[in-house]
Order: sequence, then structure tokens, then C-alpha cells
Amino acid sequence: MAIEVRIPTILRTYTDGAKAVDAEGATLDDLITNLESRHPGIKDRLVDEAGLRRFVNVYLNDEDVRFLGGLGTPVSDGDTVTVLPAVAGG
Amino acid sequence: MLTISQELVDKIVAHARADHPDEACGVIAGRDDVPERFIPMANAERSPTFYRFDSMEQFHVWREMDDRDEVPVVIYHSHTATEAYPSRTDVSYASEPDAHYVLVSTRDANEVEFRSYRILDGEISEEEVRFIP
Repeated sequence: MAIEVRIPTILRTYTDGAKAVDAEGATLDDLITNLESRHPGIKDRLVDEAGLRRFVNVYLNDEDVRFLGGLGTPVSDGDTVTVLPAVAGG
Repeated sequence: MLTISQELVDKIVAHARADHPDEACGVIAGRDDVPERFIPMANAERSPTFYRFDSMEQFHVWREMDDRDEVPVVIYHSHTATEAYPSRTDVSYASEPDAHYVLVSTRDANEVEFRSYRILDGEISEEEVRFIP
């Protein structure tokens, strides 16, 4: 079992076009590190020194992880993590 | 080129007028580059100079599109004091490479400016808009 990560169009260059990939980890932070080992370059698009990038939304199942524990949010097998770039502008 | 029905254009403009002086924003979902389903979104920023989709509303709308095999064909928002041209922030946050970014300006109460762009890798290209009945 693994955790399914749903990848938005703009980041599919890192996943050979795959809409969803598998990764492992005990927390979201671990999961992103594991994702980076499988799809190099993707981590930098998700996090910066301060944590999750401000204009990237990450959801664990049906919840925005910002309302859970951010990068420290525990994840487990069978969960789905969805990444969506925020739609924003001025 | 964006081909869009006059009915959808009227809905976008009505939404932009209704939320003026705050920026209005939303999506038109569809398939094969044909905009069909009008989805007005809340501007979580409620601001005259900035917009951002509410993250949970976006999640539900994106999942619904996925379930229906739709994509965001059009992503629209309004400028309420300036022309209908992408701002620097519009360009830096543009994240849907296949979408038509529609801008409307409500700075003039009587005139509508409705323009469409592709925004890719920081580059803006304006495109022709064809209005169909």
C-alpha cells in the first residue's frame, strides 16, 4: 500500500505526464521528500524555506493541510494527497 | 483563439459588475477547448486589487471537473480600476497552462472590456476572441 498523490497539469513534467503517482511517508514532509527521490525537482515547486509554498494548495483526502498540521500532518497508507496550484492574481 | 458563447460572456460580465469594486473570479469548465459550464467562484481576498479562489471551493470544483472529464477551459477575473490586461501578479501565479485567461474590466460603468490571454512560463500572449450566439 502507498499514498496516492494527485499531480496538477503544471507539475506533470516531473511525473512523465502521470496524473497520479504513489509515494510513502509518515508525515506530509516525509512524503514530499520521498516524492522528490522518485521525481527530482518536484519538491522545490511545493515547499520553500518557510514551509509549504503560499500559492500551492495541498489537501489530505478532503481537507486543506493548512487547517490540519501543515507539513507535519500525519499521512498513512490509503490516503490521497491532492496538489492544486492556487488560482490567484491581481 | 477563444470561441465562447455570448451567453457565457454575459454571465462573466454580470458577475464582474455585481462584485465591483472588488475583483470577481471564476471558471468555465468544458471539454476539447469548448467552454460550457459557468462556475462563479468566491474571491477569498474580497479585494479591489487581488483575487484568490477559496482553497476548499477550488478543491470541490476541481474534483467535480475531474469526475466529469472536464478541464478549466476559461479562468476569468475582473480588474476594477485598470485595463483588462494581466498584471504582474496574474502572470506570476498563472498555473493552468491549458486555460484561456479571460480578463474583464469594470472601470467604465458603460463599456465592457473583455479580452483573453494564454499565460505560459511568464509570457503573456493575447488571443482573438470569437463570440458565438
